[in-house]
Amino acid sequence: MKLLKKMALKITVFLSLMLVSWRAVADYQLNMTSGVTPVSHDVYLLHMTAFYISLVICAVVFGVMFYAIIMHRKSRHPVASKFDQHLGLEITWAVIPLLILIIIAIPATMVVYRMNDTRNSELVVKVTGYQWKWRYEYLNQGISFYSNLSTPMNQRANLEPKGEHYLLEVDQPLVIPVGEKVRFLITANDVIHSWWVPAFGVKTDAIPGFIREAWAQVDTVGTYRGQCAELCGAGHGFMPIVVIAVSKADFAKWVANMTRGKVNADTMLPNKTWSKSELLQKGRQTYNQNCAGCHQTEGKGLPPLYPALASSKITLGPAVDEIQLVLAGKSGTAMPGFDDQLSDDDVASVVTYTRNEFGNNTHDIIQPRQVAKIREAAKITHQSEQSSPEVNV
Amino acid sequence: MSSAALHQHPHFFPNPLKWAARWIFTTNHKDIGTLYLWLAMIMFLVGGAMAMLIRAELFQPGARLIDPEFFNQMTTLHGLIMVFGVVMPAMTGLANWMVPLMIGAPDMALPRLNNWSFWILPAAFTLLISTLFMSGPAPDFGWTFYAPLSTTYGPPSTDFMIFAIHLMGLSSIMGSINIIATIINMRCPGMTWMKLPMFVWTWFVTAFLLLAVMPVLAGCVTMVLADRHFGTSFFNAAGGGDPVLFQHVFWFFGHPEVYILILPAFGVISEIIPTFSRKPLFGYVCMVYATVSIALLSFFVWAHHMFTTEMPVAGELFFMYVTMLVAVPTGVKVFNWVTTMFRGALTFETPMLFAIGFLVLFTIGGCSGVMLSLAPADFQYQDTYFVVAHFHYVLVPGSIFGIMAAVYYWLPKWTGHRYDERLGRWHFWLSLIFLNITFFPMHFLGLAGMPRRVPDYALQFADFNQIASLGAFGFGLAQLIFLWVIIKTIVSGKAAGNKPWEGGTTLEWDLPSPPPYHTWVHPPHLD
Repeated sequence: MKLLKKMALKITVFLSLMLVSWRAVADYQLNMTSGVTPVSHDVYLLHMTAFYISLVICAVVFGVMFYAIIMHRKSRHPVASKFDQHLGLEITWAVIPLLILIIIAIPATMVVYRMNDTRNSELVVKVTGYQWKWRYEYLNQGISFYSNLSTPMNQRANLEPKGEHYLLEVDQPLVIPVGEKVRFLITANDVIHSWWVPAFGVKTDAIPGFIREAWAQVDTVGTYRGQCAELCGAGHGFMPIVVIAVSKADFAKWVANMTRGKVNADTMLPNKTWSKSELLQKGRQTYNQNCAGCHQTEGKGLPPLYPALASSKITLGPAVDEIQLVLAGKSGTAMPGFDDQLSDDDVASVVTYTRNEFGNNTHDIIQPRQVAKIREAAKITHQSEQSSPEVNV
Repeated sequence: MSSAALHQHPHFFPNPLKWAARWIFTTNHKDIGTLYLWLAMIMFLVGGAMAMLIRAELFQPGARLIDPEFFNQMTTLHGLIMVFGVVMPAMTGLANWMVPLMIGAPDMALPRLNNWSFWILPAAFTLLISTLFMSGPAPDFGWTFYAPLSTTYGPPSTDFMIFAIHLMGLSSIMGSINIIATIINMRCPGMTWMKLPMFVWTWFVTAFLLLAVMPVLAGCVTMVLADRHFGTSFFNAAGGGDPVLFQHVFWFFGHPEVYILILPAFGVISEIIPTFSRKPLFGYVCMVYATVSIALLSFFVWAHHMFTTEMPVAGELFFMYVTMLVAVPTGVKVFNWVTTMFRGALTFETPMLFAIGFLVLFTIGGCSGVMLSLAPADFQYQDTYFVVAHFHYVLVPGSIFGIMAAVYYWLPKWTGHRYDERLGRWHFWLSLIFLNITFFPMHFLGLAGMPRRVPDYALQFADFNQIASLGAFGFGLAQLIFLWVIIKTIVSGKAAGNKPWEGGTTLEWDLPSPPPYHTWVHPPHLD
């Protein structure tokens, strides 16, 4: 009796602890989202079916077990029975689970087929994973941009209060129309990433050198957030995905805007002379978005993999070398080429920034037109070295 | 000299060497078993400390204690150490101690090989852990070390990890050859295959799994080494290779590895439940066949770790169906354990508590396993905390509880002392409660969309992470009780007698506790 009392006490304490924690979390999402695409709805149903079947199985197994624990404890049931086999029982509990599995396998198989049917898409978006950002290219619209985490460093360092979408916000989201089948071609530039938007039921590994496919047909206008799901280095937690699904009319407007904006950007004041403070301000932004992941906010890097920029040979040496390095990257290391990611303004400002920050007082000021010249020169040498057209992975 | 006389002189034929030399040169299966178990204990504390750091960083959103780079090193080393440094050596230690005692053999079949297979391990783990003290990062790409993160982008210390894994593989291969040779050749007269204790059976199957897949892992790390230094491109698309090939090779090792970690625990549970139910194991023959089928199926399911890398529909369906099939023999085992308890005369000493904890929580982990096997749903679960919750439910209350149950079960035999039952129960209940507080909320986190292996997270994940972290600290602290119980039992305690457990039926209970240095010099005869 004393033992029973003790057990009852233990169970009460355990349950009340569970209850307290339950009340504290009642407002939070506990379950998978049903999402906004046909596939995500199917997956949700499959998940719930499997979940309820699991609950029933657990209830039966634990029911019998706790019955034995309570009724067949030695104090109540001092002499154990000696039975130790029963072929009928063994066959039953091999066959019943098998039947249950077949019952779940049927809908699962149907969903597998549906997920893999990427035919008849109306819009194609190429998604490329980079350490640590995403690039989106609308292949038929000629739109292409990078999507970086936009949560300020100060929020991550706990110097400012964290915003509502902390770590789930980007500078330029992917925009897609609702009601259209969008096909994603997914790849990566460096290591394996994984493009995951839970509301779409889409998670596809981005594999460098290979293209994988996925599709989504979003049924509700809204903003959907996801994250990289495959460990891809130190910035793995900091390359979110934001997709805005808009009406077809809004999408057409957005496309028109984007294509017009591109023309503007190309012709925007190429010969403007920037002041040092303008360059440093823009440089800080560019640096934190593109460089700080490896070289760290303070420029100390994580040697030897990610070298320091503070008093380094590169940032204190000739500026031309640094610009070339930023554009072309360094093969055999983790340093990618930023030629097609950063504009002349970006490169000029970030190089100016690195040469005047972290205790590097070179007082160098780099203007975008200098970068343009180096870029042009590099292109010419590149073409003469390599006659075949560049394959863009 | 008769074996009865040996029993009266427990220290007959002691090891003539003293102190360090005794342990370094020992070829005695009991000494080597002890060494394995202590190595596992030390590694458990090291790997556990890393888990505490991970959970401390995740206690609140924002950069807190450790930077993302070091966070990745911690997840990598935590995984590698727990798999290769804790569960595998602990299971091998149990096999070393118990297989000869349970089959009536005087020692392992290859005692010198046995010494070597143990002493390679401290070298391997020194290599692995030394990477933390090198300039530059330690391995930081997860215990699965996917290419190209571990090849082109891996830090220089990756090579140390590769050689450490080579050494662990050598040790495991030699250890399993030894176990297979012992079980085949050294069973006492009358110990037919179908009289073999379940623990021995599960280890026999496990040893074959090890023999089959450790060379695959060795090949895998060697290919990584070659890609890193010898200009090959196995895993590099630019040179004609494929990063996904890495995952195929790795998981061809990795999935059987999962069963390597759990099958011996199945064996332990199959010994403990009958003992404390005072009733023979239900469906022994089916249990043997279930173990063998799980082992065979484990070779045909590897790509379920890779559904999101995308494969042809036929492949996706094949791996989904075969993975689901694993549930059948596993289910048979669970049902047989429950039936063994049914209408027994149950008592609940600490080993039985851990066995029941195993049964309940492993079943939960098994159910989430079936959910994960459904390929379409896996696309949502893959690489989230749901997976983290799943494999911690099968590894912590599965393998680790199995090991703890075994230690409480056989500690009286090993030391000759009864352990402190009250402390044992405290250890069990605290572990049980805290591990659920740690890992249960992770199911919610994963379903709500939190990826694994992130050092920082969005605000909606904050509360469950905080709960999980608190649980983890509690679980970590509770393990100090375990260490305390073990030390206390070694130095003192009531005499255990030959058979501390009323329901014990296997051969080790015929021997004195602690057993003499050499046992079964004259094999027993089974009728």
